Amino acid sequence: MPAPQQRRIIFKHIDAPGYTNDLACYVRHGGYEILKKAVTLPAATIIDEVKKSGLRGRGGAGFPCGVKWGLVDRKSGKPIYLVVNADESEPGTFKDRYIIHQDPHQLLEGIMIASFANNVKQAYIYIRGEFPHGARILEQAVAEARAANFVGPNILGTSYSCEIFVHRGAGAYICGEETGLIESLEGKRPYPRIKPPYFPAVLGLYQCPTIVNNVETLCHVKHILEMGGDTYAKIGTPNNTGTRLLCVSGHVKRPGYYEFAVGEITLGELLNEVCGGPLPGRTFKAVIPGGSSAKILKFGETFTLKNKDGSSRTLTVEEIPMDFDTLAACGTMGGSGGVIVMDDSVNMVEALANINAFYAHESCGQCTPCREGSLWMKKITARMVHQQARSEDGALLKSVADQIAGRTICAFGEACSWPTQSFVAKFGDEFKGYAETRKEPKRADALELV
Amino acid sequence: MSAAISSSMNLKPATLLRIDEVITHYPVKRSATLPLLHLIQEDVGYISEEAITWVATKLELQPINVYEVVTFYPMFRQKPIGRRHIKVCRTLSCALLGGYKTCEAFEHAFNTHRGEISPDGEVTIEFVECLASCGTAPVVLIDDDLHENVDVAKAKKLSDQIKSEASQRR
Amino acid sequence: MIAPLKPDLITVNIDGKEIAVPKGTNAIEAARLVGVDVPYYCYHPKLSVVGNCRMCLIEIGMPAVDPATKTPIMDPATGKQKINWIPRPQIGCATNASPGLHIRTNTAQIKDCREGVMEFLLVNHPLDCPICDQAGECKLQEQSTGYGRGYSRYVEQKNFKPKRTQLGPRVMLDDERCILCSRCIRFCKEVVKDDVLGFIDRGSYSTLTCFPGKALENNYSLNTVDICPVGALTSTDFRFKMRVWFLKQTNSIDTESSVGANTVVWSREGVIYRITPRPNDGVNDTWMADTGRELFKAVRAPNRLTAVKLDGLDTSLEVALNSAGAILKAAGRTVALVGSGRSSVEEHSLARKLAETLGASTHMVSRIGEGDRMLISGDRNPNVRGALVVGLIKKLPTEKLTALGGAIDTGAVTVVVSLGEDLHAAGLTAAQLAKVKIIYLGTHADTTTKAAQVVVPTLTVFEKSGTLVNQQFRLQKFAKCVPGPAGATDDLAVLAKLVVTAGGTATLGDLPNVWASLATTVAGLAAISYATLPDTGLLLDSTPFASLPFCEGETFHYQPAATTATMKV
Repeated sequence: MPAPQQRRIIFKHIDAPGYTNDLACYVRHGGYEILKKAVTLPAATIIDEVKKSGLRGRGGAGFPCGVKWGLVDRKSGKPIYLVVNADESEPGTFKDRYIIHQDPHQLLEGIMIASFANNVKQAYIYIRGEFPHGARILEQAVAEARAANFVGPNILGTSYSCEIFVHRGAGAYICGEETGLIESLEGKRPYPRIKPPYFPAVLGLYQCPTIVNNVETLCHVKHILEMGGDTYAKIGTPNNTGTRLLCVSGHVKRPGYYEFAVGEITLGELLNEVCGGPLPGRTFKAVIPGGSSAKILKFGETFTLKNKDGSSRTLTVEEIPMDFDTLAACGTMGGSGGVIVMDDSVNMVEALANINAFYAHESCGQCTPCREGSLWMKKITARMVHQQARSEDGALLKSVADQIAGRTICAFGEACSWPTQSFVAKFGDEFKGYAETRKEPKRADALELV
Repeated sequence: MSAAISSSMNLKPATLLRIDEVITHYPVKRSATLPLLHLIQEDVGYISEEAITWVATKLELQPINVYEVVTFYPMFRQKPIGRRHIKVCRTLSCALLGGYKTCEAFEHAFNTHRGEISPDGEVTIEFVECLASCGTAPVVLIDDDLHENVDVAKAKKLSDQIKSEASQRR
Repeated sequence: MIAPLKPDLITVNIDGKEIAVPKGTNAIEAARLVGVDVPYYCYHPKLSVVGNCRMCLIEIGMPAVDPATKTPIMDPATGKQKINWIPRPQIGCATNASPGLHIRTNTAQIKDCREGVMEFLLVNHPLDCPICDQAGECKLQEQSTGYGRGYSRYVEQKNFKPKRTQLGPRVMLDDERCILCSRCIRFCKEVVKDDVLGFIDRGSYSTLTCFPGKALENNYSLNTVDICPVGALTSTDFRFKMRVWFLKQTNSIDTESSVGANTVVWSREGVIYRITPRPNDGVNDTWMADTGRELFKAVRAPNRLTAVKLDGLDTSLEVALNSAGAILKAAGRTVALVGSGRSSVEEHSLARKLAETLGASTHMVSRIGEGDRMLISGDRNPNVRGALVVGLIKKLPTEKLTALGGAIDTGAVTVVVSLGEDLHAAGLTAAQLAKVKIIYLGTHADTTTKAAQVVVPTLTVFEKSGTLVNQQFRLQKFAKCVPGPAGATDDLAVLAKLVVTAGGTATLGDLPNVWASLATTVAGLAAISYATLPDTGLLLDSTPFASLPFCEGETFHYQPAATTATMKV
C-alpha cells in the first residue's frame, strides 16, 4: 500500500512556484477572507469552533487550544495579551521557519482571528533571534496588513482594534517555554515562572491574562474557521485532529518538511517512502519522533498497546502512526513534530553527548536539578567520549536524569532528562561497552558528534 | 554617572529614531531591553559596559538589570568580532551530517579557532545551537544569511568567497 | 495592646497530623507548626517566593469527591475519605494551605527528591568547609547531614568561579559556594529597593555579581550575609575571626535609634565578635542596619573609661561617691541632672529618684538625624520614651542645653550630674563648665570628663541588662552579653548609691528591685517585670504622650501619628 498523500493545509502555498510573501499575493490567493468573516461573528462562536475542532497545540505539549483559550481570565478587567511563540528552537524542528519566511500573512490572519476571538488588543510575535530575515519579513507583513486595515485601529471598519509587534529573541532555547518567553518579553532573564501561581491565562505578560500560542497552531485557527470546527475535527483521528507539519532530518535520503493528517501516516511510511529510506548502504538504527527532547525509539523494539475494547495490539516502530496519543502510549511524544533519524553509523553514546551538550548549554540555571543535572550529564558523556568511559556510567546517567525529571520549575527538566533516560534504557549495552570500543581507533570516516 | 555618558552614545541617527520608536511598542519600558540591545549591537558591533548603562538609563532600570540580560543571551556580544560572523550549527541533526567537519573547514580556511577573531580580522567563527533548519543540514548562518547543506566543499567555497570580497575591498 | 483579628483558620493534614492554620499559610510554615521539618534554601518568609532550590518538594493531595454528586469518596481500607494525591512532587514554599489539604513529607519519593537536590547542590560546591566561615551555621552542611546520601558519585571536574569578589565594603563573595538561591538579590530589590545584585551568564555557570563599578554598599548589606544559606556571602569584618560554635548568643537591642531592632550579640570569653538581627515581626522583621552591627566596637574603644577619678586623680568608687554626695548635699537646690536618651528604663527611674531627692532640674539632649525609612529612625536616642514613661522628663529633649547654660550663668545651677552626656557637645561653653562642679557617670572620655570633679566609669549596653522603650512605645529588654572592664560599675548600682549619699532613702540598684518599685510607682508598668517581659517586647499605652511632637518619620512597622506630622511643620 503506498504511503498516504500529504494533505497540505498550512503548507498549501509553501514552495509553490510564483507564491511570494507579500500581501498582494496572499490576497490573490484568498487571504484575509476568513478574518473578514470572523469579525462578523460573535467572539464566543469562534472559540466554540476552535474547541469543536479539537486542535492541539503544535509547539510541543499538545495542549488543546480551545481549552487554553477557555482558561483565560476575562473578568480581571486587565488587558488580555496574545503572545505568538515563534521561538522555534526544539532541535529537529523547522516548520515555523517556512511559514514565517514564505507565508507570513497566513500567520497574521491567524493571529488577528485569535485576537478578535479573545478580545486581545495587543499581540506580540516572539521570534527567535536566529531568524533575522524572518523578523524583517514579519515586520514588513504587519506594515502591509496595517496599511490594508487588517491590523491596527478599527480593522475592516469595525470598532475592533489590535496591534501586532514583532519581538526578537537572542538565542535561548528556554524562551520557547511560555513563561520563560513572557519573562524575556518583559526584558528579563527568561527564567520560567512557578505554576502556581503564574499561569499565563491569569498572571501572564505584565501580570495580565495571556495566551501563548505556537505559530503553526494559530495558522490552523484560520483554517478551522474556514471549514468549521466539526469538519476540521474529521481530519486525522479522534483527539488527534487536523493536519500537522512533520520535519524530518538526519539520516534519510529526502529530509524536509511534510504535512499530513494527524495519525494518517506511520513512522515507517514517513521515513521509508516519503523520505526515501536510509542513506545508501545504511540501515535505520533509531529515531527521535518529536524534537530532541522526545524519548528515542529503537528500530526493532515493539510496543504492546491496549485497544479501547480491552484487546491489545503490538506495533513495531515503523507501524506507529504519527499522532499525539499513540506516540505517548509508546513512551515518547509527538512534541514539535521534529523527526530526527539516526542510522547504523551512529554511536549512541556520542549522539547523547551531542544532545546533552545542547541541554547543558540551554539550561537557564534557575532551579537546582536542571541546572546542575544537565551539566553533570554533559560532563559524563563528554568524559566518556573524550577521556575515559566506565561501565557504570550508563546507570549513573540514568540516575542523574531520574533526579531531574518531574522536579523542576518547567518542562525543561523532562526535556533534558528524557533523552538520557531513553538512550540508556534502550542502548544500555552500547553504554556499558563504550569503555571497550573507545580503545579501538576511530574509523577515519566516522562522524564527530561532540 | 549618567551625566558622563553621552546622550546619544555616538549611535547613528537612524538607530536613535528606531530606539525611541520601539520603546513605544510596550506598556512597560523594560520590555524594550532586547530590542535596544539588538539595535545597538547592529549599529556598534557589540554591547559595551557604557552601552549597558545607557540602555539602563534609557529604560529607567539599574545597569545590573541589563547586564543580567546581555550575559544570558548568546547572541549579545561584549567584545568586537571579525567583519563577518560565521555561526555553524552544532546540534544533533547538523552534527549527524558533518557539522563538526564544516566548522573545522571554516577554522582551517581562516587559520583561526572558534570564538576568536581570525588573524586577518575577516571572521569570527562560532558553534551555535540549533538554527532550526535541520532538513538542510549542516547549516551555517553568515551574518544574517542562512547557508544550507554546507558540507566541507561548500564551506571552502564560502570561505573563498569571503576572502575574495575582502581582497577586493582592500 | 490590641489583639489581632482572629485569622481564618482551616484544617490541613501533615504526615497524618491535623492542624488548624490560617488560610494561605504555606506548607513549610504549616509543617513547622506540627514539628515537621521541610528543608529549604531559597524560601525566606520575608521575601517573594521563587521556588528555585527545589529542596522543599512535598507530596500534596486533596480529599476525593464524586465530581457529579460532590459527595466524599470513602476509602474502604481506612474508612476515611480517599485522598487524591498528585503524583508529581510540589514545592512547599508555593503550596498554600486550603481546606482539607493533605501533605506528605515522609515518603520514599520525597526522600529521593531531597537526596537528589542535595547531591546536585554539592556537585559544583567546593569542599572547603574547614576554612569556610559558614561552617557550623551552614544549611548545606545541616541538610546534607539530615537529607543527603552521605557519599558523592561525582568524579567530573567542578566548575571554576571567582573565589574572592568584594561586592561592597562589608561583604565578600565566594561564587563557587553560591547555590544561586537569589535570596540576596531579592532582599536588595524588595526590602532595600537597591537593585544592585544580579546573576550573569547562565546555567550552572551563572554567577552572582554587581554591575562593574557598582557595589553592594547600602546600610543593610550585611543582611545578605545573614540570609545566605551557605558560605557564599561573608562579612569582611567577621571573616576568619572565630568559629561560630564557640560563640555565646545573647539577646540585645540595637541602640542606634528609637527603632530598637532586636539583635543577638555573639561573644566568647568576654569578647564580642558580631551582632546579628533577631526576628521580631513587630519591629525589624529579620533585618538590621549595618551600622548597628558596629556598635560593639565601643566596648574596647581607646577612650573607654576604666578608672574612677576625683579631681583628675584615680580613687576608689566609695571615695568618689562620698565626695559626690558631699558636693550634692552642699549644693542645696542648685543641682541639675542631665539624663541620657541612651539610658535604660531602670536607669531613668533611678535618675528620677536622684533628681527628686535633690530637687534638681532635669534635662535631656536630643539626637536627631535623618531616618532611612527602614530600620533607623530620626531619633538616634533609643530610649527617650522610657524617660517619659518613668517621668524623668515631661517634654521632649532639646538639641542644646540652652536653658541649663542660662541657669549656670545666673548661678541658679552650681552642680551638674551628667549621665554620660558630653555637656560641651550639648552646647555648654568651657566657661560654663568651669563655673560648675560636674559629676559624670559614663563609659567614654570626652570634653566633659576632663572638666568633671567626679568621674565614675559605667557600663555599655553590652555589659548590663535592662529595658528600652522604642518609638512604638514597645518595652524591650536587653541582656548582659559580656562582663564590663575592670574599673567600671553597673549604672544602676552607682545611681542607687548616689541617691543614698545625696541623702535619699536607701534603694537597691538591681533589676528586680527597680522593677518592683516601677510596678507600684508607674501606672503604665504595673504587673510587668524584667524576668517575665517577652523577648519580642510589650507595647505600652502611648496615649498619655500622644500630644508630644515626636520627630520620627515612617519606618518599618511605624507610622507617625497624624498630629505629629502636622506639628513637625
